[in-house]
Amino acid sequence: MILPYFIIIPLLAAFIISLIAGKKDNWAVILSVIASSALLVLSLFSFISMKEETITYSMSAWSIPYGIVLVQDALTSFILVMVSIISFTSLIFSIQYIRHLSMDWKYYSLFMLLVTGMNGVIITGDFFNLYVFMEIALFSAFALVAYGSRAEEFEAAFKYAVMGSVSSFLILVGIAVVYSATSTLTMAKVAQILPTLNNEIVLWVGAIFMAGFGLKAASMPFHAWLPDAHSSAPAPISSMLSGVLIKALGIYVMIRIFYNVFNAPEVFMKIFLVLGTISILIGVFLAIGQWDMKRLLAYHSISQIGYILLGMGIATPLGILGAVFHLFNHAIFKSLLFYNAGSVEMALGTRDLRKMGNLMKLLPTTSQTSLIASLSISGIPPFNGFFSKLIIIIAALQAGLPWYALFAVIGSLLTLASFMKVQRYGFKGETVIETAENKIGWRMNFAMITLAVLCVVTSLMVVPGIQEVTLDPVVKVIANKTEYIQLVLGGLNGN
Amino acid sequence: MQQNEGMTLIVKTVTRISVWMILLYGIYIIFHGHLTPGGGFAGGVIVALAFLNVLLAYGRKFTSDWLNIGFLHDLEAASATLFLVIGILGISMGGAFLANFLTKGELFALISAGTILPLNIVIGIKVGMSLFLVVWVLAGFKIEKGD
Repeated sequence: MILPYFIIIPLLAAFIISLIAGKKDNWAVILSVIASSALLVLSLFSFISMKEETITYSMSAWSIPYGIVLVQDALTSFILVMVSIISFTSLIFSIQYIRHLSMDWKYYSLFMLLVTGMNGVIITGDFFNLYVFMEIALFSAFALVAYGSRAEEFEAAFKYAVMGSVSSFLILVGIAVVYSATSTLTMAKVAQILPTLNNEIVLWVGAIFMAGFGLKAASMPFHAWLPDAHSSAPAPISSMLSGVLIKALGIYVMIRIFYNVFNAPEVFMKIFLVLGTISILIGVFLAIGQWDMKRLLAYHSISQIGYILLGMGIATPLGILGAVFHLFNHAIFKSLLFYNAGSVEMALGTRDLRKMGNLMKLLPTTSQTSLIASLSISGIPPFNGFFSKLIIIIAALQAGLPWYALFAVIGSLLTLASFMKVQRYGFKGETVIETAENKIGWRMNFAMITLAVLCVVTSLMVVPGIQEVTLDPVVKVIANKTEYIQLVLGGLNGN
Repeated sequence: MQQNEGMTLIVKTVTRISVWMILLYGIYIIFHGHLTPGGGFAGGVIVALAFLNVLLAYGRKFTSDWLNIGFLHDLEAASATLFLVIGILGISMGGAFLANFLTKGELFALISAGTILPLNIVIGIKVGMSLFLVVWVLAGFKIEKGD
């Protein structure tokens, strides 16, 4: 059974790296690349091979109400594929980028722990287990944000650590309340027992979880840590944080809890709508004024997370489809943009858009891929961002929410404007730069080109025929809400 | 009085006697985790405190001569790896990750509860070494003030 290996492989890699890596990082690189490619193969295999069934795995062979259960359904496999793709390309990108900073194996060990934490959060079916894996992911993220060891990076990591601890505290309180009310921590059992209890419990716990996971997802009122943390981290880590961490720890868990456990209460769907729209608009307004390229991208993460929340808040199957699709697309193009920023920073030693110029000649691959990514994020056909945003906007119109659709369109236009600024000042700027400080190696180019290709390829996921096997099973898991209970409790046991 | 590293002679003498007792108590807690309250984490913390006592009383230089920090680091990583190895053995011999594959022994005897005892031991080592090394690193860390 392959389920526990999603946790075992990266965890084993992390510890073996710290055991055998000497002064140099060769072994660390080899081991972590092996581990992450194994994860990529496993996750693709599990996504392709599974149809619409739910597989559970009882840890230590303890059956469901007693032990910890791992759950794999279409949503899980989908997010695992996303995490694996981004972590694999980030790792490939890291090899040169991190050697440029230092020859250190610790980076790879922490990276593998970050992947462990995310995979664990994704496949677990147990509230407390989720909390533990979330902490693993967060603590490695704090360390990785501070990896460059400059004062501003420590400041960002500290800010992140404080905000992360506040949100973890809120989540732990929520879990404690759930446990005291239902006497179980297994999500499916909680979902089964909650409807028999007072409705106020869902409201209280939902509010706590909304704040806690909202902080992790950096939706609008909880966003303050994100621009600092994501712009201070090394570029491949920024792409991991912005691309997948806020989604695995924030959005995915919110989908799981609010749809599959709480049965999508009306009031929280409204909150999703409002928070999503506010995030879209304010995120993009804050982004458009930035001159620091990575900071601009970080603010755009808030705005794009808003689209996902908006799609989830619409709560029709079409809205969920848009949200899930945008989740995947955002991981691809935002990671690509952070790679671009990283390679520009490495080549020129600056992130300031005003100091860049004639990059088209200097860094052809970086400029071309960044153009693709910018078009994707701004929602220009035929790139993937266009389709997911279109689906969300159509879903909003169909659900009778024209104002939200209008705000989404405005957000998209402003996104286009701010990426015009990136292209105009950054990549086609007038400052003439003769030579780059560092050359961009083939590994970094490989990572960027892979994701650029994926920007186009993933838009095929809405083509009828492909959509039925990729996105529809995922949407079905979410839209069926608490059918999750029967699927997990009566599902296939994969031990 | 000469300017030695660490604290006064009184503290050093007391530490010299007490550190072994603390260490022994930590090991006791680790080994009895499956029978009495305690276990790998709690015992590991006590083991780390024993080492930290030495660090506080005798100072950094003495401790680094006394202990092989590199070895402690390897031990920490090895114990975590060993935990996973026991877990994977559970897959091949017990049917699930971390499933029991040893004899359950006699109730309330030291050798009982199957894999819980070896797991407690590796967790004890891991937690003890990690906590000590965390304090070790933090205590030796100097940061330049940024601009």
